[in-house]
Amino acid sequence: MPNSQQLINIRSGLGLSILILASAAWGIDPMPPFDDPSLESSYQELINEVRCLVCQNQTIADSNAPLASDLRREIHQMIGNGASRPEIVEFLVARYGDFVLYRPPFHSKTWLLWGAPIILLTLGFLVFARILKSRMGQPLSEDEIAL
Amino acid sequence: MMWRYLIPISVFLVLSAFFVKGLSLNPRYVPSPLLGKPAPEFELPRLKDPNLSLGSVDLEGQVSLLNVWATWCVGCRQEHGFLVELSQENNVPIYGLNWKDDRNTALDWLSTLGDPYIGSAFDELGEVAIDWGVYGAPETFLLASDGTVLYKHIAPLTRDIWTSEFLPRIISECGSIPCPIANN
Repeated sequence: MPNSQQLINIRSGLGLSILILASAAWGIDPMPPFDDPSLESSYQELINEVRCLVCQNQTIADSNAPLASDLRREIHQMIGNGASRPEIVEFLVARYGDFVLYRPPFHSKTWLLWGAPIILLTLGFLVFARILKSRMGQPLSEDEIAL
Repeated sequence: MMWRYLIPISVFLVLSAFFVKGLSLNPRYVPSPLLGKPAPEFELPRLKDPNLSLGSVDLEGQVSLLNVWATWCVGCRQEHGFLVELSQENNVPIYGLNWKDDRNTALDWLSTLGDPYIGSAFDELGEVAIDWGVYGAPETFLLASDGTVLYKHIAPLTRDIWTSEFLPRIISECGSIPCPIANN
């Protein structure tokens, strides 16, 4: 059994960690949540896919830069006014370019970006198949026979 | 059997070429999709007199600069001296977009450091800045007389950049410097 002093320590430690964890909840987005859960989820989805151009490796949901908060406010307003997701994406791209999206659209400038994984994977398979094929006819080595 | 060695070496060389190129690029520079397109319409209260407005109509009919600035922006402080110099040369009218700033601090800044602007629009909420795709002050737009965005510079403006990037574009736009004033 912990004595009373230890209990107090545990309690205050717990209280402190709850406080620290809870601060994330009222952290950076002061926008009131939408009453309609589907609007709220499309808002959350969008702000988690839009790049903050000031702090480039963060989404505007993660960033407390003033520009990020302006963009959250703008997107919040647009959703409130009934704008659809493609409309908002088009609004952002017209102003900031494709770079503002973490999932850029597939077109003539981004095909290599999207295609590279498939191209590299295919190349890898080709090399792999070639190596396998060249080894097929070979007799087993002594070590392999021992297995 | 030479190809066995050539393949990894050429893969390595191609990768190195990409990396070397990548290191020399500036990741902070995001090209503006507005280039060559009509500048976004705007109308905002003026910094010096909130009862008067400043907007697209004031910029039209002349080649002009729109400089996005704020007193919290270190780069703006850095370029301010050059902007004042530029305004004294009287070649191109300079307009300001005061971005997410405090009015009194901004007025202090202009009275202490000099005011290179014909007028500054006061964009307290940053809404016009979003329309213009502004993401990091200072930014300077070069606008044609029909309102087309000719060029955008993101970073403090210097004499070198002015001479190499702005002047040739202004001259090819109006044929001379300063631009002849349109009669309308």
